[in-house]
Amino acid sequence: MFNAFQKLKDSLSRTKDNILGKISEVVLRRRIDDDLLEEIEEILIEADVGVPATMRLIESVKKRARERKLSEGSEVVGLLKEEIAAILTQSQAVGSADSSGPVIWLIVGVNGVGKTTTIGKLATLFAAEGKNTMIAACDTFRAAAIEQIAIWAERSNVEMVRSQSGSDPAAVAFDAAKAAKARGVDILLVDTAGRLHTKANLMEELKKIRRVVNKAAPDALVCSKLIIDGSTGQNALSQVKVFTEAVGCDGIIVTKLDGTAKGGVMIAVSEELGVPVEFIGLGEGIDDLQRFDPEKFAEALFA
Amino acid sequence: MFESLSDKLEIVLKKLRGAGKLTEKNIKDSMREIRRSLLEADVNYKVARDFIKAVEQKAIGAEVLKSIDPGQLIVKIVHDELVALLGGKNEPIAPVDKSPTVYMVCGLQGSGKTTLTAKIALSFKRKNKKALMVAADIYRPAAVKQLQVLADQIAVEHFSLEGKKPPEICHEAVKYAEKNFIDLVLLDTAGRLHVDDELMTELEEIKALVDPHELLLVTDAMTGQDAVKVAEEFHGRLGITGVVLSKLDGDARGGAALSIRAVTGCPIKLASTGEKVSDLEPFHPERMASRILGMGDIVSLVEKAEETIDMEQAEQMQEKLLKAQFNFEDFLEQMKQLKKMGPLDSLLGMIPGVGKAMKNVQVDESAMERMVAIIKSMTIEERRNPTIIDGSRKKRIALGSGNSVQAVNQLLKQFNAMQKMFHSMSKKKFRGLPKGMMPGTFGNF
Repeated sequence: MFNAFQKLKDSLSRTKDNILGKISEVVLRRRIDDDLLEEIEEILIEADVGVPATMRLIESVKKRARERKLSEGSEVVGLLKEEIAAILTQSQAVGSADSSGPVIWLIVGVNGVGKTTTIGKLATLFAAEGKNTMIAACDTFRAAAIEQIAIWAERSNVEMVRSQSGSDPAAVAFDAAKAAKARGVDILLVDTAGRLHTKANLMEELKKIRRVVNKAAPDALVCSKLIIDGSTGQNALSQVKVFTEAVGCDGIIVTKLDGTAKGGVMIAVSEELGVPVEFIGLGEGIDDLQRFDPEKFAEALFA
Repeated sequence: MFESLSDKLEIVLKKLRGAGKLTEKNIKDSMREIRRSLLEADVNYKVARDFIKAVEQKAIGAEVLKSIDPGQLIVKIVHDELVALLGGKNEPIAPVDKSPTVYMVCGLQGSGKTTLTAKIALSFKRKNKKALMVAADIYRPAAVKQLQVLADQIAVEHFSLEGKKPPEICHEAVKYAEKNFIDLVLLDTAGRLHVDDELMTELEEIKALVDPHELLLVTDAMTGQDAVKVAEEFHGRLGITGVVLSKLDGDARGGAALSIRAVTGCPIKLASTGEKVSDLEPFHPERMASRILGMGDIVSLVEKAEETIDMEQAEQMQEKLLKAQFNFEDFLEQMKQLKKMGPLDSLLGMIPGVGKAMKNVQVDESAMERMVAIIKSMTIEERRNPTIIDGSRKKRIALGSGNSVQAVNQLLKQFNAMQKMFHSMSKKKFRGLPKGMMPGTFGNF
């Protein structure tokens, strides 16, 4: 557990230019005043938190500092951590529903966010937890996507259902859901092709996949998990909104947080849309995927 | 969600337009709004601040020009500054005139490097240049295979070496190209984080070995504030010669483009706008600025039309239209032409004014498919002379195309309305249409 937190901290605080870490610096030996808050505002904006969410954060820090009669600049950090952790917590799901059949996760997202790699990591994680895991290779569009996921399936020693490149992804999903049910699989991970949320026809295709899966395994618990690139800016809001409208996303996985981007937009997403972050990706290794913990995340942001 | 930058600015500027004259206060107010919308578009906050300062100074200084409509003046200033910030004019990609010319493509994971490589290869293949796609990503599972599949799709030669390091692969590829009379070598490197020292060093090695004529950084148009850091790091270590903006066909407002250009000074040379290998355009600051400001991008649209539409056919079609001899066969042909130009929503976004009007209208491409299906279920005779379509024919057409009779009726009605419209247009001797462009043909998106 300690190691996991260390990894999180190391990844999020690449000392060279950790954005929110700057807040810890600017508050030193300062008093809480408008100048300081303005500087903090800029740092939050630079971390992709977004204008509305930043404004609300600053307002509530201001209010709480007044209430608690705080004046030391360094006390702002604690307030911000609390505030951010609270925002991220409020959207966290409370328990998961039980189902008699398999749990099926549709892994969806725009192009290049790391869906296939994340599935590889998820499969490893679930397999290590002793769950009977299966992968469905439903990205039949991108060149060599099936080969890519096949390598991950092999690495994590997990069964995979596939078809030919260019075939109907819904058909593959259907077969996989049937197979998962028949073989008593605990969790089925469905890889889908990357698609921009603005393409109506591709979003229809995704809806169809979800419908078909429901039909093939009526007793399964079907979830849609949206993968978001950690360096995405305010467009993440639009992605979450549109994908949720289409296939009801109940969880988000944020990838590539081992760079300099910190996924600050997730604060805005949690606040405005309430879809919980469930996992975060911190590297290319097969184990670099962690369950999301709002408090530790907020803590690590400022480390 | 957010209104787009152009919508926001439009509201701000409308306020200004109504103001009659520019005062320092209403300039300040609008600047605050503009700054906010720039930030929401993911423009780096420092870049946004500088931009606002420049615009504000020009706006206040321009007060003397009282004769001009002040709103228009601000629009012009904002537009000009945006164009300037985006680099002024299109900077072309290095010419393919050496033997061989080498382009090196790099960027973060998932930014769209391999797809871009294929797009560039195809665009030069169309100009009769011999391209070679080099798979220098030995890390990601099946990355080499992906490049090979794409290369085969567009019938371009590819190059890979098993068990070798990327610098060696690239070096060997260039040597191979020299011997085999290849015009353009495209080095597709692995995606990497800009903070990954080891892999960044690898890129430096490749650069030193092959000395590329063009070193392109591919950036996802959806990137947030981090875009600046990524670009600075890549530029600092490698000296990139150009930036390519990918996934511009989404609804990201692409503030990253403004930031990267402003911070690194590197020109944005290409824009990647779709999933098809043909979806690649030169980046035009002028047009991008217009697009941001909601002025539409009619120039790109016309260019796209010119590229894909058979001009002779288009002229015949226009002739037919104006004589009201347009029938369902022509209609079908026109649909085909339109489809060649790409997804409808991206086309509509380019038309001035439409971008905003169509914002909440989902362009339903399947509606078009349905229309095509209905027409294809007609006999040749029915297509040429739709007036003969009676009740029983309608029933047959509906059944054949898997639609309801109402759908067939609707299409016929639309078709009639269209013919009438063109008929009245020809009476008015309407000749203002640009060649090949037929407005208002598809009423039913």
